[in-house]
Amino acid sequence: MNIFVCVSQVPDTATRIKPAADGKSIDKTDVNFILNPYDEIAVEQALRFKEAQGGEVTVVSVGDDTVLNTIRKALAMGADKAIHIKTSDEIDGISAARAVADVIKNSNPDLILTGKESVDTNSGQFATFLGALLDFNVVNVAVKLDLTGTQLRAEREIEGGKEVVETSLPAVVSCQKGLNEPRLPTLKGIMASKTKKPEEIAFNGGSAYTTISELVKPPAKPAGKIVGADLSAVPALVDLLHNEAKVI
Amino acid sequence: MSSLLIVAEHRNGKLKKSSFEAISKGASVAKDLGLSAHVLLIGGTEVAGLTAEAANYGVTSVLTVTDPKLSAYANRAFATAITEAAKAKSASVILLSATSMGRELGAFVSVKLDASFASDCTDLQSAGGTLKVTRPVYTGKALSTVELKQAVKVITLRPNAFPVLSVPATASVESVSVSFTEKDFGSKVVDMITASGKLDVAEAEIVVSGGRSLGSAENFKILEDLAEVLGGAVGASRAAVDSGYRSHEDQVGQTGKVISPKLYIACGISGAIQHLAGMSSSKVIVAINKDKEAPIFQIADYGIVADLFEIVPALTAELKKRSH
Ligand SMILES: Cc1cc2nc3c(=O)[nH]c(=O)nc-3n(C[C@H](O)[C@H](O)[C@H](O)COP(=O)(O)OP(=O)(O)OC[C@H]3O[C@@H](n4cnc5c(N)ncnc54)[C@H](O)[C@@H]3O)c2cc1C
Ligand SMILES: Nc1ncnc2c1ncn2[C@@H]1O[C@H](COP(=O)(O)O)[C@@H](O)[C@H]1O
Repeated sequence: MNIFVCVSQVPDTATRIKPAADGKSIDKTDVNFILNPYDEIAVEQALRFKEAQGGEVTVVSVGDDTVLNTIRKALAMGADKAIHIKTSDEIDGISAARAVADVIKNSNPDLILTGKESVDTNSGQFATFLGALLDFNVVNVAVKLDLTGTQLRAEREIEGGKEVVETSLPAVVSCQKGLNEPRLPTLKGIMASKTKKPEEIAFNGGSAYTTISELVKPPAKPAGKIVGADLSAVPALVDLLHNEAKVI
Repeated sequence: MSSLLIVAEHRNGKLKKSSFEAISKGASVAKDLGLSAHVLLIGGTEVAGLTAEAANYGVTSVLTVTDPKLSAYANRAFATAITEAAKAKSASVILLSATSMGRELGAFVSVKLDASFASDCTDLQSAGGTLKVTRPVYTGKALSTVELKQAVKVITLRPNAFPVLSVPATASVESVSVSFTEKDFGSKVVDMITASGKLDVAEAEIVVSGGRSLGSAENFKILEDLAEVLGGAVGASRAAVDSGYRSHEDQVGQTGKVISPKLYIACGISGAIQHLAGMSSSKVIVAINKDKEAPIFQIADYGIVADLFEIVPALTAELKKRSH
């Protein structure tokens, strides 16, 4: 099986986000970038399919040289190869997806895995963009995947339950927590990853269709009220929710 | 003349609340931009019974794409249906709800129409004839204003972020005929596993959440009882999910669901940054925690510093008493 995994880098989830001086991006000083948590799940799933039925796992990431860190983590987990689509231009989801589609369309991919969403942009659009660009089947937010030959049976999370989806390869699947428990890189994996040099390819994704014109912190909330510290607070709280907040 | 198209979702023969929100917003945006507004319904025979209700929000017409094969969800076929309806009405703005269905359909359609796409928006301004879109990024830790540069713009709206405004009106009903290919049904839903008709935390107007301190799955019963009197859903922190007390579907936060209910009650949740990321845009936040230094109190509107095992059942009883 020829499997591709798209990975992106995101600020560590414990990061306190500060807008940068340009008012459009975040201040990257002291921000530690990590492999997007959902992409770890995608890498793990690719490795499991490969272990079960053979094949090759290639990770792909679009961005400047800083993405090499996340590529290295995926290689250390056990991916075979990596492609770095290099650009320092402003990209958005669609231009990144176009660049990836352009690079892998001639490589006969069977399966392309992505994370459910990047925890920075929270867009959750990339898998669908890729599927639409490549004219492949798409499954989003998968929590279970069963592959028999080229037939794929997936469970995907929806509001209040799950949908069981039947589709066939080639397909693009975005991976949700619950699908698997990602492995930690082993020392052996880390050593082996050092010999795997990412292939660098120039960006060919065209122009971005969206730009961020402003980025601000959400308005601060006024300090709340401590209603009390014992049972007498209960009727008082109900009064406040009813009369002041008017939410019940 | 170009137009605005709103894609409405339905389940079990009923339009979703989030669709009424999208239709209400769409009708008012269309007015500001001088566009006609059309609601699109896609499905099998059940669609006929939904058109009247969809019309009740001040739109010009209700469009239907029906086919027996569309009674089960197939993402590519639904995307084709929307694309064809958008072309038929020269739509320049397409609105969907940021649900599991709307998010993927929006992305599909934006590629097919070479459009700009913004997902999960919490504000959409149309005064002055241009669209201004706000979406939370970094899981709610920042808000971004997005410019959509293409002539056609596809936008999904976060559930619960927009009010429902009914405008009794009449609208024409028009069916759009679409021919589908085999590829359109290359991925299709064959079954649903519904968690006993449980209300989803992302859709509920009131969410009662519990953390590690609940101590067991059984103890969540007290939160279930409170959620029941409030007509809400039960959520959980990651610590509670990782401890096996709740399933991941209920997790609120950076690696769970990001929600904006009108009331969020956090019970025994410390308020770690990854948890706040998922619920800080709730309209009103109540925190019940033994530790007065817990960070959750910094964003709570109302706090009670006490043992949740005492407070929660008392709160349920108080609400029951008053509902009589
Ligand atoms: C990559 C990553 C992603 C994450 N994603 C998420 C996420 O999506 N959602 C999420 O929630 N977390 C997430 N976390 C975890 C997060 O950092 C916290 O560990 C977690 O939210 C803590 O859960 P908690 O508040 O239930 O537990 P704790 O932090 O242990 O807090 C328990 C609280 O309960 C109070 N308490 C104890 N007993 C009682 C009682 N009887 N009555 C009243 N109060 C009581 C205590 O005072 C304390 O404040 C993530 C972490 C990482 C690293
Ligand atoms: N620049 C990128 N390079 C490679 N993959 C990406 C990139 N951006 C997003 N992805 C993939 O798309 C998924 C969803 O991202 P998003 O649509 O931005 O929320 C991520 O989890 C990654 O798997």
